[in-house]
Amino acid sequence: METKIKMKVKLWGVRGSIPTSGPDTEKYGGNTSCASVVYDDHLLVLDGGTGIRQCGGAYPASKRIDILLTHLHLDHIQGLGFFSPLFDPSKEVHIWGPASSSQSLFSRISRYLSPPLFPVLLRDVPCKLELHEVSNSVFDIGPFRIQSSYIIHPGPTVGYRVMRENFVFTYIPDHEPALGSHGMIQNPKWVSGYDLAEGADILLHDAQYTKEEYPIRRGWGHSSIEDAGLFASITSAKHTLFAHHDPSHSDAFLEEMLASFKLSSDVSVALAMEGFEAELA
Amino acid sequence: MPAYEIEIILNRQLADCLSIPVFITDTDGNLIFYNEPAEEVLGKRFEDTGEMPVEEWSTVFKPLDNDGNPMAPEELPLVKTLSDQYPYHRNFQIISLKGKKQPISATSYPIISRSGNFVGAVAIFWKQKLK
Repeated sequence: METKIKMKVKLWGVRGSIPTSGPDTEKYGGNTSCASVVYDDHLLVLDGGTGIRQCGGAYPASKRIDILLTHLHLDHIQGLGFFSPLFDPSKEVHIWGPASSSQSLFSRISRYLSPPLFPVLLRDVPCKLELHEVSNSVFDIGPFRIQSSYIIHPGPTVGYRVMRENFVFTYIPDHEPALGSHGMIQNPKWVSGYDLAEGADILLHDAQYTKEEYPIRRGWGHSSIEDAGLFASITSAKHTLFAHHDPSHSDAFLEEMLASFKLSSDVSVALAMEGFEAELA
Repeated sequence: MPAYEIEIILNRQLADCLSIPVFITDTDGNLIFYNEPAEEVLGKRFEDTGEMPVEEWSTVFKPLDNDGNPMAPEELPLVKTLSDQYPYHRNFQIISLKGKKQPISATSYPIISRSGNFVGAVAIFWKQKLK
């Protein structure tokens, strides 16, 4: 009997802003943003936060690896220099990231991967490295079709919709669709990121703040859990993972946030958790 | 349903915060949003009309130059912006809903996205300051 190959999603880091290790964050994890999507030996890595370090050794059969960066804030690239395939001459690594109107992707990543912040220059890593700039784009990588779109977050930032056959994983870890005096405009044409998330099987979305925390952090590029839930509802995502957990939020606090949210919402949601795995088939 | 580019969405969110009339169009001049102060100028509510084709909303204004002569559409800042994607500013008069001549200043600018694409235009109406 033929075994059907499945698209597998795994989360390697779901913390926002800065890594947080310790007993208070042990359950949901302290590594910053990283997820992987695998189909057969084709590996996509979404973001290069500190979670990418463990991801690096998890798929030795993949000769080509594609890293899709949502943006270049430090918590999304901090782990790049510790991603072992970059230092393996037998690997082909492609880094995709949002185009800027001023500097190239190579130049912007090199600001981190160069002395004095890092000892090895990006141009000197031993793997076969290629960089690709994306904007509002649709492109194919192996068996995957990818859609990227700019979304509301400070600096050039995209979200990604990863499609394989009829299955969709949408990754928008940093996003403030409610930025404005009256919050989110509840009309799909006017919702940042709507096209990326519409009907997704799994949506990973920013839900960093409580509704009490959000007003004093408005404009920082993140969502309250209520706005994340509203976004999930408007986009009709089938299941949503709330992510980019605030570094000050313990496991217990996150669970209180979710319980409180669920009192007034019936959308299918859960807290993103480091190590979470799902199969889409 | 494809969503607008975020540059358009952010312009609407900004317009929503302002106390001056703001009109946002797509690249063809169709009115895709106007804020509350603009509702007073148009005599219509965005919630009621939704988006308006260029043929419909452009006839609401009856622009006159400062000598009181009717202005051709191509002389209006927004029409010029839609034509060549540059910003414009001009003083002129419009006939208010009460039939009175009302001097205004209009500023228009193109919305050029991060990708460098022309994705829409904005017109802002200001009260002319008396000298």
